[in-house]
Amino acid sequence: MDLQEKLVSSFMVFENQGKLDLDSSVHDIRTKAITAFEKQGFPTKRDEEWKYTSLKSVLKHDYSVFPKVETAIEFKDVKKYFLHEIESYKVVFIDGVYSSFLSSTTHDGYDICLLSAAIKNPKYKMVIDNYFNKIVDKNSSVSNLNTAFSTEGTYINIPKNTVLPKPIQIVNFYTGSEKEILLQPRNLVVVGENSQCQIIERHQSLSDNVVLTNAVTEIFVNIRANVDFYKIQNDNENASLIDSTFVQQKEGSIASVNTFSFGGKLTRNNLEFYHEGERIESHLNGISILDKKQHVDNHTLVKHQYPNCESFELYKGIYDDASIGVFNGKVIVDQEAQKTNAFQQNNTILIGDKATINAKPQLEIFADDVKCSHGCTIGQLDESALFYMQSRGIPAKEAKALLLYAFGNEVVEKIKIPELKSRITKLIANKLGVKLGFEF
Amino acid sequence: MLKIKNIHAGIEDKDILRGINLEVKAGEVHAIMGPNGSGKSTLSSVIAGNETYEVSEGDIFLDGESILELSPDERAHKGVFMSFQYPVEIPGVSTTNFVKTAINAKRKAHGLEDLPAKDMLKLIREKSELLEMDRKFLSRSLNEGFSGGEKKRNEIFQMAMLEPKLSILDETDSGLDIDALKIVANGVNKLRNKDNAVIVITHYQRLLDYIVPDFVHVLHEGKIVKSGGKELALELEAKGYDWLK
Repeated sequence: MDLQEKLVSSFMVFENQGKLDLDSSVHDIRTKAITAFEKQGFPTKRDEEWKYTSLKSVLKHDYSVFPKVETAIEFKDVKKYFLHEIESYKVVFIDGVYSSFLSSTTHDGYDICLLSAAIKNPKYKMVIDNYFNKIVDKNSSVSNLNTAFSTEGTYINIPKNTVLPKPIQIVNFYTGSEKEILLQPRNLVVVGENSQCQIIERHQSLSDNVVLTNAVTEIFVNIRANVDFYKIQNDNENASLIDSTFVQQKEGSIASVNTFSFGGKLTRNNLEFYHEGERIESHLNGISILDKKQHVDNHTLVKHQYPNCESFELYKGIYDDASIGVFNGKVIVDQEAQKTNAFQQNNTILIGDKATINAKPQLEIFADDVKCSHGCTIGQLDESALFYMQSRGIPAKEAKALLLYAFGNEVVEKIKIPELKSRITKLIANKLGVKLGFEF
Repeated sequence: MLKIKNIHAGIEDKDILRGINLEVKAGEVHAIMGPNGSGKSTLSSVIAGNETYEVSEGDIFLDGESILELSPDERAHKGVFMSFQYPVEIPGVSTTNFVKTAINAKRKAHGLEDLPAKDMLKLIREKSELLEMDRKFLSRSLNEGFSGGEKKRNEIFQMAMLEPKLSILDETDSGLDIDALKIVANGVNKLRNKDNAVIVITHYQRLLDYIVPDFVHVLHEGKIVKSGGKELALELEAKGYDWLK
């Protein structure tokens, strides 16, 4: 039985176990989603959107689908995966199960808690009805799969005129309790008018067992709200991730999603922004630093549907050994979206002789009074810069690292949490195998 | 200090240097002049260790030891410095951080600890004042968006920071207006002492009014065709290079 069949038949077991909120409207959504997934199946390379990313190698495993009981983790053992230098709210999952011990949630003035609890609580019914699964791409089979099965994730609901005093960290740990596991976290983020929040999300495997995470996040950014989202992808080599993040923005809002991909076997990031109002600003930033046979695919979409909005997209990649990068950046500017500014930049350095990048900027512009640009560069390390640095006494290895560092710095500079910036800087230095004598 | 023996070098199949011999002693300033394409920049690149050029014959000694097999950074650690004709822009790395990295790399090669931050700052302040540099350049990305003159001044600032034994100034005067030229030359002169040496590579005599050489060599088609004292530079200025060909 292949994974698709297994999942479809598991759904009924799931239902029988009463895990699927049978009496809520969410159940109907799940039923529709599994039907759609059954029809669509997992994407293959024949699908245009998956042309350069084959899921074959990650789908061949016999994944456990249902999370088991909680495995305990000591904070000291996983402290390094948190941004522990600063105060934060924490929503932590271990093998897909909420860990109240490691978490720090709140209902004081705003809700930062579990999606499962929010779905069951009548108090949140209106929010769930209004927002759950509303902007997920129904043509995406992996997102449908998540919708059908996701029982756990983070629920963030911030009312209007509220600035969160500290960032929120969402951390998903996998302990290796199963030999091969499929995790499907689901996050719902609703940020009210004039409100602001910062979110850091991380998936971290703590063993060498195989894990596939199929995560979906919906983010609703209301009028003049400001949301800053950071994704840290530095998992080990048996961990794969399919992340689908959908952002809907209302008038005058600012949203940024920053993706840092350094680890993992296969990572696919689907990131989609939808504009529902004027004077919106969207920022999409990413940096991928890969080696060995790692594969990272960044698939982005910005849909400009209203006039006077701006989007800024900057993705950088450094690929060593036989690693593979994919960048597919789609920008759609509807006819109504006059005075749009949409800028896209994708820069790649290939270091490994067998490293590959497949870059595909896709601009579909139907309005005439717009400023849109895209730039795509693929290069190697600048030899003259290397010689220059060496001539000043900096050894080749450090000179290379410094140049690569500088190359990625433009993205790192966009991080608004100083402690996170310094953490990412260190992760990059580690990944490039150098100790830098200073911090940017 | 520096002894160049019958150096032949080129790029791919093209011979550029065809048997250069030169000896530079501590405390001396040598000027190498010559028309475009005579091999001036190739000579400085070969001394600094640029691997783009292949040395097919001859040897280069620094303090009696061959440096031909050494990488550019190893040569720098031994005290070779080259000021580039076209300094490279490195976006994302500030001048300060770059210089710190370079100094500490050299210290490490000599088995020393990193220079304490306080001492580093003091040194940076001292040397940047010597070059009358605007502080804001120190925190900006190295050479990015700098004018030609600012880039050259930054080169000499780095030279001052690294305190090399042998400095090669490759066309340092190009792109400088007269005021900047004076500041740069003044900086170089202040750094001179009996233990170090300078090779000035230039097309024009102008710079040599300010950095006065002990010897002038004329390079033509990859060979030194004439050597003399500082008056040779004036003669070249008046007569051009044609009479030497």
